[in-house]
Amino acid sequence: MTELLRIEGLTVTPQNAPDKLLVNNVSFTLESGKTTCVVGESGSGKSLTALSVMGLLSSQLRLAQGKVIFQGQDLVGISNDELRKIRGGRIGMIFQEPMTSLNPVLTIGKQISETLIVHQGLRGQTLKARIAALLEQVGIPAGRANSYPDELSGGQRQRVMIAMSIACEPAMLIADEPTTALDVTVQAQILALLNELKTRMNMAMLFITHDFGVVADIADDVVVMFRGEIVESGPVAEVLHNPQHPYTRALLACVPDAEGKRPLKPIDYAWLNEEAAA
Amino acid sequence: MSDIILSARHLTKSYKQRSGRFGLGATLVKALDDVSLDLKQGSTLAVVGESGSGKSTLARCLLQLLPLDGGEVLFQGQDLAKLSGSALREQRRFLQMVFQDPFASLNPRMRVGQIVGEGLLIHQLGTQDERHDKVVRMLQRVGLSEADMQKYPHQFSGGQRQRIGIARALVLEPRVVVCDEPVSALDVSIQAQILLLLKELQEEMALSYLFISHDLRVVRHIADEVAVMYQGKLIEQGGVESIYDAPAQEYTRNLLQSIPGRRALAA
Repeated sequence: MTELLRIEGLTVTPQNAPDKLLVNNVSFTLESGKTTCVVGESGSGKSLTALSVMGLLSSQLRLAQGKVIFQGQDLVGISNDELRKIRGGRIGMIFQEPMTSLNPVLTIGKQISETLIVHQGLRGQTLKARIAALLEQVGIPAGRANSYPDELSGGQRQRVMIAMSIACEPAMLIADEPTTALDVTVQAQILALLNELKTRMNMAMLFITHDFGVVADIADDVVVMFRGEIVESGPVAEVLHNPQHPYTRALLACVPDAEGKRPLKPIDYAWLNEEAAA
Repeated sequence: MSDIILSARHLTKSYKQRSGRFGLGATLVKALDDVSLDLKQGSTLAVVGESGSGKSTLARCLLQLLPLDGGEVLFQGQDLAKLSGSALREQRRFLQMVFQDPFASLNPRMRVGQIVGEGLLIHQLGTQDERHDKVVRMLQRVGLSEADMQKYPHQFSGGQRQRIGIARALVLEPRVVVCDEPVSALDVSIQAQILLLLKELQEEMALSYLFISHDLRVVRHIADEVAVMYQGKLIEQGGVESIYDAPAQEYTRNLLQSIPGRRALAA
């Protein structure tokens, strides 16, 4: 039980509307070797929370309050140079769209090498060997290092992104909807790969998703966000099977189950508002 | 068989795909390889498969939005593949489509009233007043209001835009509606609303749906029958329960096992 990251009272507002709380007083912790899923609908603040951790908020937004304590160091307020050393080094990142995150005119080997050169100063044969090892680790034949992104399938591209993100053996991996754009069988493979890497490298994983099915497969802990706030958090089994907050229950009830036994029930936002007021 | 409303027989369609260095070579990709299926009146047939399986090509070929290489599409006693011009246009009124992306499929420069009413105008159904009334009633039925007629698509959320797309398709009182991934771009709570709306409208208007989807959880809830596509071929088809409970093909089993949270979220 080693605490790796602690988010305290994180609050994000637009630069020009300080009263609008896009992320409102969010606090939770991440442990090494565990996956925490942040789940919510569009606009719940789940992606902004992840971006805040990495110091990647757009200039339109402001981290109004809060601490992001990673390995004992508060990342809020440190210089961009220092942040850059941590990002891609001790913190890895994967995003939703593997095609837009990769550079189409560089080979994948070249793109993986960038992180290794910048953070670890690898050169020559050592660099080549490390790239080959990374590709094999994510299930891509080492010979594909000379391929361009358009020669790979969507799933393979996401594997390349994963290889880049774990290149420096980060202590924490942030994954923002990494399987949303993928086919369901490929999604299952990528989730299994992330799970395996997390365990083998003892990483903490912050996993952003809107899909409770994915949560059930990958999470140890769950944080449910609604309109910028955390409404419920806890171990995955408890949140899924014994949800306490009405919003969590409502969100679970509108996920179609694979057996088709449970009737679909859309979220009744008016009712939720009344509940919140009461 | 009178209860079959739309029947596809031996559909084939190939694309040329550029390949090799600089795309100088060309390979033929079979997007539809001898596909046959029947859509029963008032029911929902889901076509499932992964990207590149040919499911969207199938949707477009059925509606003659793409020309077929071969095969026939029987609807109301006619082969749609042989029709053209006004004869085809006449039938199109009864065959409508709801698209995946509610952002890309609505003209941003047209008001909602024009978008929904355009089909009625093209098919010259009713007087101007009657058309107006129909549009209003349809919008109200999908959960929008008369005032929304004056607005532009960008003033609506994704779920509301999909309601507009549904109103546009259904105002013509079609017999068959092809829904191409109608909820996959939506949040899960909005998705549930739209699925329930589609089900209600199906009963009220005696619609038959061909429902294209990659999401097997959604399909389980909306479909009566399922057809599984893989590399341009229909590899398995049958009642939704028999396919989910006892899939005959290895590929279908694999698809079903890949459903995220399958065990943990079971009811």
